[in-house]
Amino acid sequence: MPTQLTPAEVQHVAMLARLKLTPAEVADFASQLGRMLDYFQVLNEVDTEDVEPMSYAVEVRNVFREDVVQPSLPRAEALMNAPKTDGQCFLVPQILDGG
Amino acid sequence: MDYTVVIGLEVHVQLQTQSKIFCGCSAAYNPTQPNVQTCPVCLGLPGALPVMNRQAFELALKTALALNCEIASYTKWDRKQYYYPDLPKGYQISQYDCPFSKDGWLEIEMNAETGETRRIGIIRAHLEEDAGKNMHDESGGKTDSQVDLNRAGTPLLEIVSQPDLRSAAEARRYLEELRLLLTYLNVSDCNMQEGSLRCDANVNLHIHQDGKNIPTPIVEIKNLNSFRNVELAITCEIERQFEDWKATGRRLGDVPKETRGFDAQRGVTVGQRGKEEASDYRYFPDPDLAPVTVADELIEQLRSDLCEFPADRRKRLAVTWQLSDYDVRVIVDQGREFADYFEAAAQACGDGKQACNWLTQDILRELNERRLTIAQFPIRAEVLANLLGRIPARQITNKSAREVFLELLNDGGAGPITSSRIDEIIAARGLALVADTGALEQVITAVIDKNPKAVADFRGGKQAAVGALIGQVMREAKGADAQVVRELIIKALQSG
Amino acid sequence: MSPIGATTSELLAHMERGEFSSVALCEAAFDRIAACDDRVGAFLHVDREAALQQAAQVDDKRRRGAPLGRLAGLPVAVKDVICTRGQPTTCASKMLEGFTPPYDAHVVSKLREADAVIIGKTNLDEFAMGSSTENSAYKTTRNPWNLACTPGGSSGGSAAAVAAGMVPLSLGSDTGGSIRQPAGFCGLVGMKPTYGRISRYGLIAYASSLDQIGPFAHDVAGAALLLEVLAGHDPRDSTSLPMPVPSYTAALEEPLKGLKIGVAVEHFVAGLDREVEAAVRQALDVYRCLGAEIREISLPHSKYAVAVYYTIAPSEASSNLARYDGVHYGHRAAQFENMIDMYCASRGEGFGKEVKRRIMLGAYALSAGYYDAYYLKGLKVRRLIRNDFDAAFAQCDLIASPVAPTPAFKIGELVNDPLAMYLSDIYTLSANLAGLPGVSIPAGFSSGGLPIGLQLLGPPLAEDRLLRAARMHERATDWHTRRPEVV
Ligand SMILES: [Mg+2]
Ligand SMILES: [Zn+2]
Repeated sequence: MPTQLTPAEVQHVAMLARLKLTPAEVADFASQLGRMLDYFQVLNEVDTEDVEPMSYAVEVRNVFREDVVQPSLPRAEALMNAPKTDGQCFLVPQILDGG
Repeated sequence: MDYTVVIGLEVHVQLQTQSKIFCGCSAAYNPTQPNVQTCPVCLGLPGALPVMNRQAFELALKTALALNCEIASYTKWDRKQYYYPDLPKGYQISQYDCPFSKDGWLEIEMNAETGETRRIGIIRAHLEEDAGKNMHDESGGKTDSQVDLNRAGTPLLEIVSQPDLRSAAEARRYLEELRLLLTYLNVSDCNMQEGSLRCDANVNLHIHQDGKNIPTPIVEIKNLNSFRNVELAITCEIERQFEDWKATGRRLGDVPKETRGFDAQRGVTVGQRGKEEASDYRYFPDPDLAPVTVADELIEQLRSDLCEFPADRRKRLAVTWQLSDYDVRVIVDQGREFADYFEAAAQACGDGKQACNWLTQDILRELNERRLTIAQFPIRAEVLANLLGRIPARQITNKSAREVFLELLNDGGAGPITSSRIDEIIAARGLALVADTGALEQVITAVIDKNPKAVADFRGGKQAAVGALIGQVMREAKGADAQVVRELIIKALQSG
Repeated sequence: MSPIGATTSELLAHMERGEFSSVALCEAAFDRIAACDDRVGAFLHVDREAALQQAAQVDDKRRRGAPLGRLAGLPVAVKDVICTRGQPTTCASKMLEGFTPPYDAHVVSKLREADAVIIGKTNLDEFAMGSSTENSAYKTTRNPWNLACTPGGSSGGSAAAVAAGMVPLSLGSDTGGSIRQPAGFCGLVGMKPTYGRISRYGLIAYASSLDQIGPFAHDVAGAALLLEVLAGHDPRDSTSLPMPVPSYTAALEEPLKGLKIGVAVEHFVAGLDREVEAAVRQALDVYRCLGAEIREISLPHSKYAVAVYYTIAPSEASSNLARYDGVHYGHRAAQFENMIDMYCASRGEGFGKEVKRRIMLGAYALSAGYYDAYYLKGLKVRRLIRNDFDAAFAQCDLIASPVAPTPAFKIGELVNDPLAMYLSDIYTLSANLAGLPGVSIPAGFSSGGLPIGLQLLGPPLAEDRLLRAARMHERATDWHTRRPEVV
């Protein structure tokens, strides 16, 4: 029997990811994500005791830039792709406590 | 019922760099022109990538060393994920499980009289980027909030203390000492008004009851923006928690951790509306930034470049100049430049006690009145020292020196004040001490002759009678040292 | 002679001799696009005016005898996941409809410095998530060899544009095979360089630790030339490698002596199409004839690559795509109740289904309680996959394999079976996980007339070796000279 996520689990993840899903999407994802998670079980065959996780594809270390000011974008360019502005700031619906 | 207060502070400090932590935009404070210090990187535009500012990292290392922290040989950057309009990438680049430093301490003075000190543990210090600023204008019925990203990407050092603080006053003292250290190190200007030093406090009580310690639920008070508010908010919160305990008996674990804000006007902490989901930041290593390995040589180099810390300076000044604990605290706590000024002046005039008196009284008063910093103070240390040096040299009296001092300050902006100006003022005002005792003796003889009654009284045992004589002599001989005059009069009366 | 379908070297030679101007070449490109892109669907955006203007400038430079870049006058197409200043960059997503970056990606600056002419932006699977270019919010790209088939993906538009003769060169990005697989499906040379060899600055991230930009061309020389122009250190990308870039074109004609080619036992198992296997074996015979030694090697953890990839890539994607929240740029929903609802609605509307699926998978894999079991476990097995390669490259110079288990599949065939679609990337994913360079080269055709590719993988920074080996095969075969008719 393949794993199914419950609709509540799907909704919880959707909220973490800030995604509004349709009921059909919730149902689809419940089974598709479940299948993927089942598939991932194959990894449990692998003994990873003492294996260093590999987060980076290359072993580059200590990359720094010097503390030098570079020109910023003109404000108009910073705002030019924003859905809503007042010409100075990005505008968003009124923010309530707790985001 | 008795209880112990348990407080830990989380302090966010903006590091003093020219540019932001991951891009070349200016990190200058600029609240008046929103969104002019942004670029693809700090706007979080698609495709833009961060590159770490070396200076920010080194300032952070320096601070951690000064806080006696252990420096990690390997450190990395992680993404802390949450959604907020001032966070353009949808995550904050921060440090999670491998902060660059941990396990340090800061010594704070618990008691000025006894000099008793205590070490407050530092759990960790880590680097992260600041968010932008959200603003809501309540007036005019506006329904939208504004977002300014000038501040987004400013380097922040987060310093997390152990819950070692036992009172609101102690928390304040810790924060003041931390601020002083950071300004001595020149890593931050720690301007609380501009938000370059921000403080959150975690507070709870351990109630002593029936031989047991019962912890109350921990509350985090967010965004305390002045030393006064840190102390006030914690004081209010202690009271509130104690009342809450008496009313409900709720203990740690009974309710989720609460976040409260401080309403300074009403003097109460206020619960913030809970987030509708428990925070799950889904931290993971940022694949866009290379990890850092810190070489021992770099640590040693930074350590050797560190300045003297405030605590050490207090000890040294007390010994070198034979000052009281109270005096050194006043001097050192005014900041590094003030202490430097003191040392320069003390060195140049050779009298630490004298320099200390002048700095902690006259100069501090003038700085306050004129709203100046010591760096802006028009009389430089060597000029002050020159003035002070004239007192033991018996060129002028202490009182005259004060007059010269005020005159120097009132001079106005005709170029830098030099020591020759002191000579001019003394001459112009006739403040030169009458060092010629011959001339002084003539005045004394004349005064004695004119005041037979006072002379008789003195000789009859009325010591106080000499005061009237001294006064008259001083009026006649301007700039005379009162002590010298007194001695000469007594000598004359006894011999006569 | 028609410039349609000509190689980079041919076109450069023609321009050098004055037989074609860059303007003529670009006009031919736009004519070709006009003639067949309604059927192929390679481009999302073309900028004829700007391109012709730039071509005219290059022609003028050439006339004046001014110094010219390495790609002077050549039309180039750019995958629409790479930022072009002042030109739309959409990632084939409704989320970025109308988005115009205020900056050029590093590779776009490099193209401009090299005097290439950017013709337009090509279609892709939304945010580069897919293997068929069907997951585009705007159009489905078709395989020029058979319009019923996909060109592969996610760089399907860039592959189709070259295969259909619209442009001689294009840029793609490869996170799990997104250059090599479409190159294989379209009969092209497509290369994913070593991670860090080409700056990612301005490449819109899908999975940051896996993404890499690379070239498409008809032949090895074209790919080598474009790689040479793009490769090198960029201080704006912290993961960019500081090593010097060798000339990939200079030694291209020199065959490698004593070449040892590894063949992994794990690569020839059930699921591999017979014709594909035959083509790969035939290519190995070619190498044998050229004096190479074929050695059997083992990559014992390669069977975990798909599972590892789909724990890591979606995790990174869920984070990389958090920035599309309708505040600073991108789609904002018209209807919402409050701030949080605005986020959820904007993202729910702006992203397509595959993108949402991967964001969900990634958010799940990183969430409290699951991190260790999925994401962290994936990172550990990733290390073992890399270790396998290190051990293998101690025994051989290169590893040869199929690019994909089958030739191009039909449009719609896998789109409703995500896991089956994911499994089609089985041969290409490992190179991204390990950060290794890989190239796909034409190696034959199926009985149905679809191209079949051969993949060569090398150790880090062995691009020159890969390209020389690829050229050895190319010289001995004529697969790369064939062109589709596009009907
Ligand atoms: Mg923090
Ligand atoms: Zn910036």
